[in-house]
Amino acid sequence: MVSLSVNGKAHDIDVDPDTPLLWVLREQLGLTGTKYGCGIAACGSCTVHVDGEAVRSCAMPVSAMEGKKVVTIEGLAVDGVLHRVQQAWVDLDVPQCGYCQAGMIMAVAALLNATPKPTDAQIDEAITNVCRCGTYPRVRAGIHHAAANA
Amino acid sequence: MTYMPQLDRRSFLAGSAAAGFSFGFAIPSSGDALAQGAASGGAAPEVNAWVVIRPDDTVVIRIARSEMGQGTLTGLAQLVAEELECDWSKVTTEFPTPGQNVARNRVWGDFSTGGSRGIRESHDYVRKGGAAARMMLIEATAREWKVPAAECKAENSVITHAPSGRSIRYGQVAAAAAKIEPPKDVKLKDPKDWKIAGKPLKRLDTADKVVGKMVYGIDVKLPGMLSAAILDCPVFGGKLKSFDAAAIQSMKGVRKVVPVDDTAVAVIADTWWQAKTALEKLPVVWDEGANGKVQQADIDKMLAGGLDAEQAFVGNQNGDVKAALAGAARKIEAVYSYPYQHHVTMEPLNATAVYAAERCEVWTSTQNGEAALAAVIAASGLPADKCEVHKTFLGTGFGRRGRSDYVDQAVKIAKQMPGTPIKLLWSREEDMAHGSYHPITQCRLTAGLDDKGNLSALHMRISGQSILAGLFASRLAGGKDPAVFQGLNASGETSLGYSVDNLLIDHAMRNPHVPPGFWRGVNVNQNAIYVECFIDELAHATGQDPLAFRLELMDKHPKNRAVLQAVADRAGWGKPAPAGVHRGIAHFMGFGSYVAAVSEVSLSGDGKLKIHRIVAATDPGHAVNPAQIERQIEGSFVYGLSALIYGECTVKDGRMEQLNFDTYEVMRLREMPKVESIIMPSGGFWGGVGEPTICVAAPSVLNAIFAATGKRFRTFPLKNHGISMA
Ligand code: FES
Ligand code: FES
Repeated sequence: MVSLSVNGKAHDIDVDPDTPLLWVLREQLGLTGTKYGCGIAACGSCTVHVDGEAVRSCAMPVSAMEGKKVVTIEGLAVDGVLHRVQQAWVDLDVPQCGYCQAGMIMAVAALLNATPKPTDAQIDEAITNVCRCGTYPRVRAGIHHAAANA
Repeated sequence: MTYMPQLDRRSFLAGSAAAGFSFGFAIPSSGDALAQGAASGGAAPEVNAWVVIRPDDTVVIRIARSEMGQGTLTGLAQLVAEELECDWSKVTTEFPTPGQNVARNRVWGDFSTGGSRGIRESHDYVRKGGAAARMMLIEATAREWKVPAAECKAENSVITHAPSGRSIRYGQVAAAAAKIEPPKDVKLKDPKDWKIAGKPLKRLDTADKVVGKMVYGIDVKLPGMLSAAILDCPVFGGKLKSFDAAAIQSMKGVRKVVPVDDTAVAVIADTWWQAKTALEKLPVVWDEGANGKVQQADIDKMLAGGLDAEQAFVGNQNGDVKAALAGAARKIEAVYSYPYQHHVTMEPLNATAVYAAERCEVWTSTQNGEAALAAVIAASGLPADKCEVHKTFLGTGFGRRGRSDYVDQAVKIAKQMPGTPIKLLWSREEDMAHGSYHPITQCRLTAGLDDKGNLSALHMRISGQSILAGLFASRLAGGKDPAVFQGLNASGETSLGYSVDNLLIDHAMRNPHVPPGFWRGVNVNQNAIYVECFIDELAHATGQDPLAFRLELMDKHPKNRAVLQAVADRAGWGKPAPAGVHRGIAHFMGFGSYVAAVSEVSLSGDGKLKIHRIVAATDPGHAVNPAQIERQIEGSFVYGLSALIYGECTVKDGRMEQLNFDTYEVMRLREMPKVESIIMPSGGFWGGVGEPTICVAAPSVLNAIFAATGKRFRTFPLKNHGISMA
């Protein structure tokens, strides 16, 4: 049994403690917004927030989440109001297929928490998620747009 | 305009629910939206196959092609809405199912979504669908008001009759319009009068994507569903000899271990993670066969043999190349090659199937719904009217999802547990081990030049793999694969933009055991590198400006010239670049569009490459949504440059060596150059968008690298030459 908090809700989950957080979110909790892309912490599709930090959930055993606060893409908007990163993504039409974008948005939201007005160099450093559609220019523009709307 | 994207999923579900499938499953939703959508969608009759208008004026436009990020869904909706004269802010979309298409005599035409054909091959009939619906709405109104239809005007989802001052909303008249006989003579607008099409509108499918609600195949969840992980023989062509199910049977969640055909084994478990974990522990014995001994060097040698082979298929020929080369004042020769590439669709391959003796249904992300349906019919052994495929959005496709191998497997697994829905998901490793690889080729180019440095003869010998031979041998033309010559043909939608007096382009087909497939841009990727880098070599070897040298050969190719000149002008070709920055240029034609690019790069002494800027131009004939075209240009560059810099799949002991992003790197945000796009539709034809521009990224960068260093790279990826991204 593992106890964790996801999007403000406490859960006790009967699962092998080695199971990656990603699969607990998707399969036990039905939160399929967080995506599987590689399973080896190399692509960022599975990025969620753990105590406010961006974490690649595919390589994070759920047992390590004991007592931590997990936020997924489903929990980023508060009371139906989009987070400013989500709003920027809508404003600038950032996603193409959208598959990587939950992870991308979570990574960017964490960046803006730590660095409210990131420079291009800071963005380069922090945002290493893969987007096979190649939305990178729009992602960069979206980050600046969201930062300006803080 | 401010526009909130509508949800597509609701109406997709509404369509499915309305059709009343026997299993009655619907994919998960966010509660009320589904109920409302289903209720109103179910109540509204369609005006015609393309258009449903609900009483609340919502316009549901049916989209037959798949949406994988390329934006076709929005573009097609724009074309229908343009002719329909509807209020764009009320537009939503839904995917009809392949089964419905079959049942209705293919009223929606082709579902296949590849080759950048989504819009260019359906623009005519979808616009006619919108126009016919508009005419029926007007006719229904005119009959109700007892006035001539010609006196009624439709605009923004409202029909007005000026003489009497009356008006009515589409939602009020849609039910009556549905009963009107469809018009026979449907005229389309002149594109210069477009108000919705041709405009840089935002996508219709964004809202769900930013909140994690968009349902891709991998997200499908059905009541009682189990999950399956699969392992196919890692050696292509190898067989499954045996497996020891007992060894893992007691692992948590494991329900069943099943063979799939005679090549693969799958574990079915409560969750996919359990299935995958158990599969990794399953003892399996393979019969690798002779292919298990094949190494990359063997394949390279096989292809090298083709460069000198007597027999070759001719793709483009004029004059007498042999004689002209023999008599040339100067001869220049170079050999290039391009490695296997993998699609690495962002969403790993998956399909969810439920099979019972009387019915089989599949939910999946597919680029070809009808091919997926055919696979379900074949694998289930059930008649067509007992099978159905529900298309979800795709987490990219790039050509890989045109194949239905994973659908076939899902059905074969589900068949071994009748009545239970089973989601088959390939691990990333399985995906990379069983791709439809971008084919491998080598190319020798031999040029003859006269004493003034004019190109008088060109022989381009391609040796390598044929996609058609691997996938659709029946489409070979007398053994020849015409697709090999993309961008090299004498005429047509993928023709060579140069006139050379003595020309021979031929192909010695060499098919290694690795399965080939269509990969974004297909054969224009390497063909553009071969032609455009070699032309650059010729210009430099004869001391000519690469742009001027090209233009000399392009008198008969005004559209190619126009895009080339456009990028040269915008980039400031011929003017000094910033200090340390060097330019390269390239152009090509693919998928019906003319494209060109100038790249600006710098390269440090220790091999650190920076691509500063790429100026790109495309003439796709008609630009249905310029904002989305810009995004496709940028995205295609990321895809093409990822391959150029990092991409390579190599064979060891008959299997692929690269199995995940750690060994198959792709570009990240920090490597992304600034892209400036020039969209210059010249009208009169319909070219593709998703793929054409991919082919100019690599050669323009390579030519810029030559300008910077004097080094000509002819084998790829660049990482093998000690180049990394700054
Ligand atoms: S799925 Fe976790 S980083 Fe790729
Ligand atoms: S938007 Fe498709 S992979 Fe990023």
